[in-house]
Amino acid sequence: MELYLTKNFGKPNAIAMAGYLKHGGYRALRKVLKKMEPKDVVEEVKDSGLRGRGGAGFPTGLKWSFMPQETDGPKYIACNADESEPGTFKDREFLEKEPQMMIEGLIISAYAMGVNTCYIYIRGEYATQTKILQQALAEAYEKKFLGRNILGSGFDCDIYVHRGAGAYICGEETGLMESIEGKKGQPRKKPPFPANFGLWGRPTTVNNVETFAQVPHIINKGASWFRGIGTEKSTGNTIFGVSGHVNKPGAYELPLGYGLKDLIYKDAGGIRNGRELKAVIPGGSSVKVLPADRIDVPLDHDSLTNAGSSLGTGAVIVMDDTTCMVRVGVVLAHFYRHESCGQCTNCREGSAWLHQLMVGIENGQGKIEDLDLLMDVADSLEGSSICALADAAAWPVQGLVTHFRDEFEEHIKTGKCTSPDSFRI
Amino acid sequence: MLSENAKKEIEREMAKYPEKRAVILAALHLVQKEEGWISQDAMEEVASLLDLTPIEVREVTSFYTMFNMRPVGNHHLQVCTNLSCALMNGRGVVEYIQRKLGIEVGETTGDERFTLSTVECLGSCGTAPMMQIGDDYHENLSEPKIDSILETLK
Repeated sequence: MELYLTKNFGKPNAIAMAGYLKHGGYRALRKVLKKMEPKDVVEEVKDSGLRGRGGAGFPTGLKWSFMPQETDGPKYIACNADESEPGTFKDREFLEKEPQMMIEGLIISAYAMGVNTCYIYIRGEYATQTKILQQALAEAYEKKFLGRNILGSGFDCDIYVHRGAGAYICGEETGLMESIEGKKGQPRKKPPFPANFGLWGRPTTVNNVETFAQVPHIINKGASWFRGIGTEKSTGNTIFGVSGHVNKPGAYELPLGYGLKDLIYKDAGGIRNGRELKAVIPGGSSVKVLPADRIDVPLDHDSLTNAGSSLGTGAVIVMDDTTCMVRVGVVLAHFYRHESCGQCTNCREGSAWLHQLMVGIENGQGKIEDLDLLMDVADSLEGSSICALADAAAWPVQGLVTHFRDEFEEHIKTGKCTSPDSFRI
Repeated sequence: MLSENAKKEIEREMAKYPEKRAVILAALHLVQKEEGWISQDAMEEVASLLDLTPIEVREVTSFYTMFNMRPVGNHHLQVCTNLSCALMNGRGVVEYIQRKLGIEVGETTGDERFTLSTVECLGSCGTAPMMQIGDDYHENLSEPKIDSILETLK
C-alpha cells in the first residue's frame, strides 16, 4: 500500500516550502500551467473519481464542471478548513504537517476553474494552524506560486485566510459563504447553487482541505493511478481519524474500502484495557452508530450506506463495553441543539426536543413511550430544514435507539444507568 | 477603544474582500485580543469602522461562540466535553479544574485569573481529553499535566 498523503508528514522541513519542494512539491502546478488547459484539469479530476473529503462525498470534478467558464466578473473558491464534525481531526494533519500540499491543490483548482481569488475558511480555534498557514502562503507568494503572472504563465491567483469564530454550521458551504461575507453563518436555500450564486452572488466552489490536497497527486500520477486505489466508486487514500477507546488513537492514511475491523484492531491497536468493543460511529458524529457485530464492513461510501451508516468524514469513534449509549445520546443531541443556527423551526425546536428526551431518560425520568417519540421526532426532522443539520441531529438518535433499544428500555425501567463503569457526562 | 495598530490591521484586512463587512470577524478577533471580551462600546466602534449599525455587529458577535459577551479571566480554560473527549473522561477534567480552582463552569476565580468553560469539539479527538487556553491546545490531559499547565500560567 502506497502512502502518498502523509509520506513526508513529520519529516524535518516538511512544514516549510524547502521541504515540500525537495519532496517534489509544485511539480503538478508547473505541469498544469505549462501543459494543460483548464478544462483538461477538470477532466483529469473527473476521471480520477475523486469524491469530496468533507463528508458528503460529492464527485469533485463534476462539482468543478458546474462553474461557468466565461464570466464578466469575479469567481471564487473557498477552501473549507472549518473542521468541526465531532470526531474529525484529519484536516489539521494537512494544515500542521505539510500545508503546501493543500495550497498547491488550491492553486491548481483555481486555474482549472478560472478563479483568481480563493479564501481558506479556517475554524477560529485553529489559531496555531492559522499561523502555520499564513507562513506557508507567504512562502508561496515569495516563490511566485501565488500572485500576478504565476511562473510566467499569465495566470493570477490570490489566496486569503479567513478565520471563523466558533460555529459548526459554518462548515456547511452556504453557511461558510455567509460567514465570509461577515454575517451570521446561517445557510442559504438552494437553489441557487453556489456555482451560480455564491460569495457576493458570484460563481463559487467550496471544497474541503483534503480534497484540495489530493489534487497535486492526481495531476502528477494521473487519474488512472488514482482510480487504481480504493474501490470502484470510492477512489484514492484518505486519512481516517480514530478516537475513543482504542490503544492507539490517531490519524491513519489508508485506501478507501479498507476494513473497519482492521482499522480498529490492527492499525489502532484494538480496544484499550483488554475490553470488548460495543459500538462504533464510523464517519463523524452525524452518522449512525454501528453495533460491534456489524463492523465487518469496508470503509467506503457504498458499503457504509448499505450497512445503514455513512462514510462521512472518515472519523471513527470507538466505544468499549463500559459505554452507556444513553449518555452518548445526551452528548450528541446536546451538540446539535447547540449548533442549530435557529433559522428553520423544525431543526431549532426538534434538536432541542431530542436533547430534552435524552436528558430525561438519562436522569431516570424517561417513559417507555419516549423511545417511539424520539424516533418520531427524529424522523420528522429528516429533510425538514434548508441544510443537512436537521438530518445530522436525527441520524445519531435513530441509530442509537434502533440498535440499543434494549439498553434504553432498561435505563427507563430501572431509572438509572446500567453501565456502572461508563464515562460520565 | 481599539489601538491604532488594530485599526491599521483592520484596514489591511479590507483589501482582501470586495465589501468592508467581510472584515467583521477579523475585527472582533482583534477587539477580543486587546480587551479580552467584546463590550457594547467595542461593537459600536467596529460598526462605525465598517459602516454597519451596532445591532448588525451584535447579531454577528452573539452568533459565534468564540466571542465573549462578558469579561473573562486572564486565562480562559475551555474544556471539550464532546463525545471523543467525554469517552476519555473529559468530565473528569472539568471536575478536577472545578475542585482545584473552586469555581463552577462559567465562573471566574476571585483574582480574575481563570475562567472555566465547556466547549464543543475542537478537533483534538485523537489526543483526548483536551482543553484550549488562549490560542493553545493542551492535549492528552491528566491531573498532573493540568497541575503543571496551571502552574505555568500563574
